[in-house]
Amino acid sequence: MTQDKAENQNGELVVVKDLVKYFPVRGGVLRKIVNWVQAVDGISFSIRKGETLGLVGESGCGKSTTGRTILHLLDPTSGTVVFNDQNVFELQRQEMKVLRRDMQIIFQDPYASLNPRRPIGESIKAGLNIHQVGTPTERTEMVLDILHKVGLEDYHYHRYPHEFSGGQRQRIGIARAIALKPKFIVCDEPVSALDVSIQSQVLNLLQDLQDEFGLTYLFIAHNLSVVEHISDRVAVMYLGKIIELASRDDLYSNPLHPYTKALMSAIPIPKPSLRRTRTILKGEVPSPLDPPSGCRFHPRCPIATEQCSVEEPEFVEVMKDHYVACLGVGPQNVRI
Amino acid sequence: MTEHSDQFLLKIRGLKTYFYTEDGVVKAVDGVDFNVNRGEILGLVGESGCGKSVTALSIMQLIRKPGKIVEGKISFGSVNLRELPLEDIQEIRGNRISMIFQQPQTSLNPVITVGDQLAEVFEIHADLNNEEMREKSVELLRTVGIADPEQKALAYPHEMSGGQAQRVMIAMGLAMRPELLIADEPTTALDVTIQAQILDLMRDLRNELGTAVILITHDLGVIAEMADWVAVMYAGQIVEQAGVVPLFDKPLHPYTRGLINSIPVLGETKHRLADIDGVVPNLVDLPKGCNFAPRCKARKKYGLSICEEINPDLKEIMPNHSVRCWLYQDAEDHKAPLKP
Amino acid sequence: MPRKADVKNKTMKSPETMSSLVWRRFRRHPGAMAGAIILAILILSVLLAGLSPFDPEISDIKNRFQPPSGNHLFGTDGLGRDVLVRILYGGRVSLSVGFLVVGISLAIGVPIGSAAGYFGGWVDNVLSKVIDATMSLPALMFMILLSAILREIDAPFLKSNSTLTISLVLGVLSWPTAARLVRAIFFTFREMEYVTAAKALGASNLRIIISEILPNGLGPIIVESTLGIGYAIMEESTLSFLGFGIMPPTPSWGNMLDKAQEHLSQYPWLAIFPGLMIFLAIISINFIGDGMRDALDPYKILAQIDE
Repeated sequence: MTQDKAENQNGELVVVKDLVKYFPVRGGVLRKIVNWVQAVDGISFSIRKGETLGLVGESGCGKSTTGRTILHLLDPTSGTVVFNDQNVFELQRQEMKVLRRDMQIIFQDPYASLNPRRPIGESIKAGLNIHQVGTPTERTEMVLDILHKVGLEDYHYHRYPHEFSGGQRQRIGIARAIALKPKFIVCDEPVSALDVSIQSQVLNLLQDLQDEFGLTYLFIAHNLSVVEHISDRVAVMYLGKIIELASRDDLYSNPLHPYTKALMSAIPIPKPSLRRTRTILKGEVPSPLDPPSGCRFHPRCPIATEQCSVEEPEFVEVMKDHYVACLGVGPQNVRI
Repeated sequence: MTEHSDQFLLKIRGLKTYFYTEDGVVKAVDGVDFNVNRGEILGLVGESGCGKSVTALSIMQLIRKPGKIVEGKISFGSVNLRELPLEDIQEIRGNRISMIFQQPQTSLNPVITVGDQLAEVFEIHADLNNEEMREKSVELLRTVGIADPEQKALAYPHEMSGGQAQRVMIAMGLAMRPELLIADEPTTALDVTIQAQILDLMRDLRNELGTAVILITHDLGVIAEMADWVAVMYAGQIVEQAGVVPLFDKPLHPYTRGLINSIPVLGETKHRLADIDGVVPNLVDLPKGCNFAPRCKARKKYGLSICEEINPDLKEIMPNHSVRCWLYQDAEDHKAPLKP
Repeated sequence: MPRKADVKNKTMKSPETMSSLVWRRFRRHPGAMAGAIILAILILSVLLAGLSPFDPEISDIKNRFQPPSGNHLFGTDGLGRDVLVRILYGGRVSLSVGFLVVGISLAIGVPIGSAAGYFGGWVDNVLSKVIDATMSLPALMFMILLSAILREIDAPFLKSNSTLTISLVLGVLSWPTAARLVRAIFFTFREMEYVTAAKALGASNLRIIISEILPNGLGPIIVESTLGIGYAIMEESTLSFLGFGIMPPTPSWGNMLDKAQEHLSQYPWLAIFPGLMIFLAIISINFIGDGMRDALDPYKILAQIDE
């Protein structure tokens, strides 16, 4: 614990260490475990108090699993998550329940994440009921207050999820997450299902709430432009590993990992007069059931050498606060 | 109406497609005009429910009950598609005009091999024997960048990834070298690195085969990278259309501007994104004047009252740049506050 | 496609609650409404049976086997009793058995099915074995055995061959169907994101089972239950036929139908009227179930509002 304390003095709210999450694949008549999906395979990072850490990657890279395992909504295969001095995976049921007040989640599909048979006011109130915050009348007052904070009105309280638009539902999802006044929120693709004009409303709302309540976010998304916009630091995931982590500006101006570079060049930019040279990656993301040996990116990597298929690169700090896992990128070839 | 060339492959005038539902008449497409040139990529952009997909289905004559094309003319070459008998339409579909969809895996038949599904296109539209059809299918798969096409022709759709399935859909779409390809959100379901591959492929094929493309998407980035000409749709109508560079460099309609400013752009850090207040109007009960008026900040800024009374026309106010907005149009008792 | 909903938000005078929405949708289902009316009439007349001048159990040998007439609308039986009044009294027994059996099988099946489906793993393994084992019991033999035992022991409330005893026997045998259904429902719904959201808020398993998942499975449970009511009415008649059900002279639709078999060709009205009642009751309950399912389906409600 002494080490955790030391880390917390750096203002770190969440410290993830060597986190691994495998899902069993069952097969055959006996439903025996025949294989493992290596969704998250040994990742370490920390999230500082009050910051937004972006976690970006393509589908199946393990970014959502990471978010849910940190919140202990999934049991980890191994590794630790320390939240505010407490090892999340070692807590007793009652202690975990108390901790849940401090860490919340916002989902991608706000419709699926709201109980269709419950008025949305009641859904927002659920957390307050569970944790017995205030008297029942006070709770209703609190819910109305939160509804206003996310841009909804009193009369929405008794409405059901199907009566709202996608953007409004996401506001309800956000209201539910902030009702318990948490310190930390995992935002799991919160704007991916929304229309462009609504997406910016929700992003602005998330930023406003962060300023008002001093929230810390883990912002998970596949859209690098969105992540770059909202994050202070960004981690890039590929096939269960974090391959690069740096401050937002560093990552954009000086991406080191070839995958990060390819990802950036693949994103269509709404500027038709801008002519870019694009790196188009060959092939597709391999299956996390049987990830490639050595560096997991080597079959698609434009600069891979023979060494890359054998040796797994370490995740190292090559510049201050800029971590990368690539054999082709060492301190010697970092341009500053 | 904007005339960016006189070599039209497709010319749509006053298209109205309504859906007659229990709750009332949904005006999904409510008076759309545009042209597509040979070999040109037209980007049709808008948010969900703006009518862009219904426009595509109307061109293909694939509107089913309770929907109906109520008005308008869809001229393809010298014929009006609305007046053709079903047999002639079927002869055109998949042959001269083909369409690809957002979910490639659900657009393919799960119990037929990819090669056989490709061969089916030739069976319908071309007079080939089995051997020729097989050869042609494999060749097509190679053209769309499928590695090991002989083997993949024997695969079933579920054995392919989303990107591969979309390549197969494109191969089917291009099998008969159509004059027009309609692509409805072709890369929305794909990862960015795969999206880049598919967009690259579509651009190459266009250059090679000279196929005109209607590219439907909500992603302004994709539009900027792919389209030659752009039409922006809102609530069943086109609100602005222009060449891709002027549209992004000098957007005129407040909605287009709002859209462009509301998306985060890689490498540009803004503290806050601009946003458009409110939500898209109900298509059963549209506002009286301009459909965008209830959400329009510019209208308030200039204190225009006409916007709530009369819906403006789509008017070419600069060469090859038209917009449906009272900010740039005079009318009786109304003087446009802005000159483009 | 949320726009319509938004406009509704602005124009609806008072918020429409889920129950009024369900009721509005239920009313639009013509079969369900017809079913509800028929069942209401049935229940009402069964309750008012005492107003009839005839007694269901006292015989009147002079008037045996009277065909339907103005005096005896449904005719009389072999002991000269009025068939209509016996049907009404029999309906009390048969409908009570139907509802009781379903109540008992839900009371056992829902908790077991919920636990199996929600927790999965070894809990599911054990409970599924119990469910399968109960299902594989030879039902008829078990029913006879159980009612024989209940007849022997003098349990309070469980007088031999009373409505309650018979319902208990049938309920103990029919709960696995309910348990299986509920288990399947939980398997689907436990993966929903709002369940994850409730977990993230710190909700206990019991809370999630009762207030997040069960209400969403109501539709299929109701349909299954309505089928169960019909099934129980039939089963009761089988038991009566074997001499383990409701004993004459107390009428039930089942035992009336069985008695009628002896004289089917000569006195068909003895079979037709109880049979018609069973048919009417079952079909109206099933239609109600159908309507309830559609009205309760949140996704159907959504789809209707969207398109």
